[in-house]
Parts: sequence; structure tokens; C-alpha cells
Amino acid sequence: MLQMKKLSVALALCGAAALNAHAADIKVGIALDLSGPFSALGAEARDGFELAIEKLGGKLGGQPAEFIRNDFGGNPEQANQLVARFLQRDGIDFFTGPIGSNAALAVGPALFAAKVPYLSANPGPSAYAGEKCNPYFFAQYQNDTYDEAAGKVANEKGYRNVVLIAPNYPAGKDHLNGFKRLYKGAVKDEIYTKLGQIDYAAEIAQIRAAKPDAVFFFLPGAMGINFVKQFVGGGLKEVPLIAPGFSADEDVIQAVGEPMLGVLNTAHWTHDLQNPANTEFVAAFRQKYAGRYPSVYAAMAYDTLMAMDAAVRDVGGKIEDREAVLKALKNPSFKSLRGEFQYGANNFPVQNYYLREVGKDAEGRITNKLVGMTLEKHQDAYVGACKM
Amino acid sequence: MDAIFVFEQLLNGLGYGLMLFLIAAGLTLVFGIMDTMNLAHGSLYMAGAYVAARVHEASGAFALAVAVAVGVTVAIAAVVEFVVIRRLYRRDHLVQVLATFGIILIADDAVKAIWGVAPLLASTPAALAGPVDLFQGLPYPSYRLLLIGAGLAVALGLYLLVNKTRIGMLVRAGASNRQMAEHMGVRVGGVFAFVFALGAALAALAGALMAPISAVQIGMGEAILIPALVVIVIGGIGSVRGAFVAALLVGMVDTAGRAFLPPALRAVLPPSVAADLGPALAGIAMYVLMAAVLTLKPAGLFPARG
Repeated sequence: MLQMKKLSVALALCGAAALNAHAADIKVGIALDLSGPFSALGAEARDGFELAIEKLGGKLGGQPAEFIRNDFGGNPEQANQLVARFLQRDGIDFFTGPIGSNAALAVGPALFAAKVPYLSANPGPSAYAGEKCNPYFFAQYQNDTYDEAAGKVANEKGYRNVVLIAPNYPAGKDHLNGFKRLYKGAVKDEIYTKLGQIDYAAEIAQIRAAKPDAVFFFLPGAMGINFVKQFVGGGLKEVPLIAPGFSADEDVIQAVGEPMLGVLNTAHWTHDLQNPANTEFVAAFRQKYAGRYPSVYAAMAYDTLMAMDAAVRDVGGKIEDREAVLKALKNPSFKSLRGEFQYGANNFPVQNYYLREVGKDAEGRITNKLVGMTLEKHQDAYVGACKM
Repeated sequence: MDAIFVFEQLLNGLGYGLMLFLIAAGLTLVFGIMDTMNLAHGSLYMAGAYVAARVHEASGAFALAVAVAVGVTVAIAAVVEFVVIRRLYRRDHLVQVLATFGIILIADDAVKAIWGVAPLLASTPAALAGPVDLFQGLPYPSYRLLLIGAGLAVALGLYLLVNKTRIGMLVRAGASNRQMAEHMGVRVGGVFAFVFALGAALAALAGALMAPISAVQIGMGEAILIPALVVIVIGGIGSVRGAFVAALLVGMVDTAGRAFLPPALRAVLPPSVAADLGPALAGIAMYVLMAAVLTLKPAGLFPARG
């Protein structure tokens, strides 16, 4: 019996020693959408993370780091389970990854309670920008800001009448409201479609009957692909399409091809944005991934790990001091791919938004091209509700 | 709202209905004649779309792409039939659902392994890319006219095959009383393999034809399976004629719901209520139709078995 006890104590000590040896590494939990509804975007984000890890030599701020990558299938429930495991078993120091706002909203509370900084590599839900803002959440952008920029584009292009179209679910309404926030012309019609709709002939006939100056669409993933293909096939090629960048990024462009040409869309980053960090990133990405252009999802994933790297360096590797880490994160010292930006009071960035137009590059490849800046140092509409 | 708009929406309803028919026809044949629930029908549709998209991109010949897609998918289906489906004919529906659901998961991962997760490029053949003027003031997508033509041709072909040919007679015999047909010397196993291959060919044809106007990506088969199931339930499971009528009904109701319901509600209700109610009702119109049909005719419009 005594022998057994000794053995178990010895084993426990071994275990503790192993844990201690491991605790020296900085741990980053990355929840990936490799399967599920956002798998195409999740794969983009994964490619961005992997390029960043390669560039950082597997370290953060010069310290050995471990990047724990797991798929959660785009399911908020599974994201919660994964985060519980990250927190309890792995003892992560940073979290990032999910593509969907629903997953971001699901995992936030546990991370904030455990004082683990969550640097979003994509969604910036309005709740986290406003009432539920939290010092441990850092956003890349607020969801509506892309639409606000698109509204401004519509003003600048002189579109007096637009038709808006989005899926009939909360995010769809948010995006259309975002567009209307800065748009000054008239909204001829607001069309809400079934989530996952395949056939858009009925809506396209309505649009033709309404004769708008332009159409603003927020239809992520397959819905956008279906819509644009059918829109152009239906003879509405002359009607300009405006979209937030998510509905007109590389994933959609490569699947739609020619009909995408001329689609106007807005984003806080584009692959032809001129700054040294971005030029280097785009070149490295295209070299690693067979000439493919990075999407905004890949860029944000890369940027997020660079932000962590800078924060760890700024606190001299003392990541136990969470206050110092938060302070370092809030005053980023790295060169972001999007250029200069600052965090507002709610940890959502105050940054520039750009107009992109789908065109052809020098090699004839269809891709987004930078047109110009639409909103300068723009802040989200929810910051006033944040008491932090 | 003028006459042209209404006519265009009718045409849209017809087109969507025929699109659904292409998919539902194969599903209802397999279910009705073999009494086998094949959820993996959507995966065959996906296979057709992927193969067609790749061949079209590589060769530039759309007709060739459709033919290759049908051929490859039928070959895949033959293997699946031999390895899995053949063992399920006499099992109950739950086993069939489980097994064919497993096939969906495998098919999705296989597609991911071969082509990756990003949706594929599938362009409209250049000759059919633009609209044609049906008459003054109504440019209509020429590709959709092709879809309508294809749907009608398939419907006619199936009618002739099932009702006018020897193999059609054997299919009907096997479906109405398998044991008796076997006693009369019909090799039912062979007939079933033929029906399964035919179903696969129809699914592949649907996938290949739909590829230029929809997203070719993982999960596309599951998305289309739901309206297809609604169609075969309304039509009466196993009846090709039922599937045809039900597909047109669903296409019309769904399109009309989306086109006319929101403006109609806006005319009679306060704007905020109408804005919420319109899309919600349009979204469920197809299911309301199904519930109404099942209340009046629980076996569907044209039950295959008495």
C-alpha cells in the first residue's frame, strides 16, 4: 500500500514537472472553421495563421510558443467545448480563430472570465463593440463598418435609388442597417431571402422592375455566388453591384469568375494596399500557396498573430501580467498589414476603409483591385454604448 | 406590377420547378421502385456538378462536360450500389437512412480531399451567358430557357421509358410486386441496379446543369435535397408523374411567395410588420403547401401504390 502511495506521489510529481516544463511555452488556442458552414473562409484563415507561424519561427516575441489548432466545424456549441478544453487542459494565454459572429459571441464569456485575451481574426459583433464590450476582446473591425463604407461609396457614385438584398436572419438586417447609416439616397426596396437560397430568379425580376441605380447585396458564401451568377445571366449586367468585402472576396470571385468583374466592395484591407508589411505578406503568401491572392480572412489571421507577437515582446515575455499584456495589445507596436490604426475605447479599431473593384491583374487573373480610400479613421457606431 | 412582371415570375416558377423535378425524379424512382431511401442522392448531384465544372473549365465544351459528368457519376453510383445499397434493399428505412447518411459524410470529405474546400468555378457556356429578348421589355436568361427545355425533355423521356418500353414494364412490375415479378422470371436485382443508375444519371444531369447558376461547393447536395424531398412527398413517393406535378407546384408557390407576398403584405399591413412577415411567410410557403396536400391526401397527389 505504502509502495503504491509512493508510486502515485512520484507519478504526480513527474506529471507536475512535465506541466511546469510545458508552462514555459506561450500557448495560443486557435479555433478553426475547417469544416461546417464557413469552411472555405476557415481554410483561408488557416493559411494566414500558418504563414504567420512560419514567419515567426514558431515563437511569440522571441519566446517559445505553441499554437494549438483545432477544427470546431463552425458550430458555437462545439466552439464552447473546444474553448473549455483550451482553458482547462492547455491553459492557453491567447485565443483567436472563429469566422462566425455566433461562435465569437458563444466563446467570449468563458475567455473573459479566465482573463485570456481574445484577438478576433474576423468577426466584430455589435454586442462586443457596445454594451458587452470587454477589455479582453480585440476586434479587427466592427461588422457594420464595411456596410457603412459601402453606403458612402453609393453616395459618392451618385446612386439615388438602390435596392438592398440580404438573407432573412439577424446579421442580414444588421448589414442592411449598416448600409443605410451613411447612405443618403432612397432605398427602393429591401429584399430579404431565405437563408441558403439557391434560386434568385424571383428577386432578380423584382430588381429589374424596380430599375434601381445600383444594388447592394450582403449574401455570404454560396448565396452570393448563386446571386451574382444569376444576376448577370439575367441581363442586369448594367446595374452596378455594391457589397461589403465579405460578399466579394477571393473565395467568391474565384467561384463566379467573369460575372464578378466590376463588383464594387469595401474592406479595411486589400492585397494591393501599399505598405512594406503588406507587400511582404502578399508576396510570401502567393509564393507559399501557388500564386493565389490572399483574402481578407488570411490577412487578418496573419495580422492577429503578429499583434500577439508584438505584445509578448513589449511585456518582455511576462505574459502572466495580464494588465501589462492588455496595455501592450491596446497600443500595438507591430506593422499591421492594413497600415496605421488605433483602438477606440471599446478595443475596436479606428481605421481606414477602402473601395475595391473586381478587375483583372497584369496576368489576367480576376481579383480585387484597390480604387481608393472611402472612410478615413472611421470608428464604429456602437462605441458610445461601451462602458469599460 | 404589370403583365410582363407576372409572366416573368410564372416563367421563373416553371424554371425552378423543372430544376427541382430533375433532382426529385431520380430520388422518387429509387424510393418508389426499390423502396430504398437514398439520402446520398444529393451527393450524386454534387458529384455531377463538380465533374461537369472541372471538365468544362478544362475543355471549354459544355455538352462534353455534361456527358462526362453523367458517365462518371453513373460509374460511381454503380460502385456504391454494388458495395452498399444492394445490401439495404430488404432492410428497414432507418438502416437505409443511416447508411446513406454515412455516404454523404464520406462523399463530402472525398470532395474536400480531391478539390479542396473552396467553391469551384463553373461558368455558363459563352453562347448562353447573356439574356435573350423573349419579347419587347423582357430579357430572359437564355441559360434558364435551356434548363426549362432540359426539364421538359427529361420528363417526356421518363414518361416514355416507364410506360412504353420493355424495361419500363419490368421496372413497374418489380415495383408493384417484387416477389411475383421474380416468380415470373424477372431478374429484379438487375432491374434495380438499372433504376439506381438511372437515378444517378438524372442527379448528375441536374448537378451539371445547375452548376453554372449555383455555387459548386461541398454541401450543395444537402441544400437541394430538402426541397427535393418536399416535392416527392407532395407528389406521392415513387410516382414520377407526381414528382413532375409537385415540382411545378412547389416551384410556382415558392416563386410566387417570394415575388408577390412581400409587396401584397406591404399594401395591407404597417411597413415594419410587413417587412418581418413577408420574407418569413415566403420562406415557409413550400412547407405550408406540403402540409395542406398531406391533410387532404395523406399519400401525396399521385400515390404510386394503391
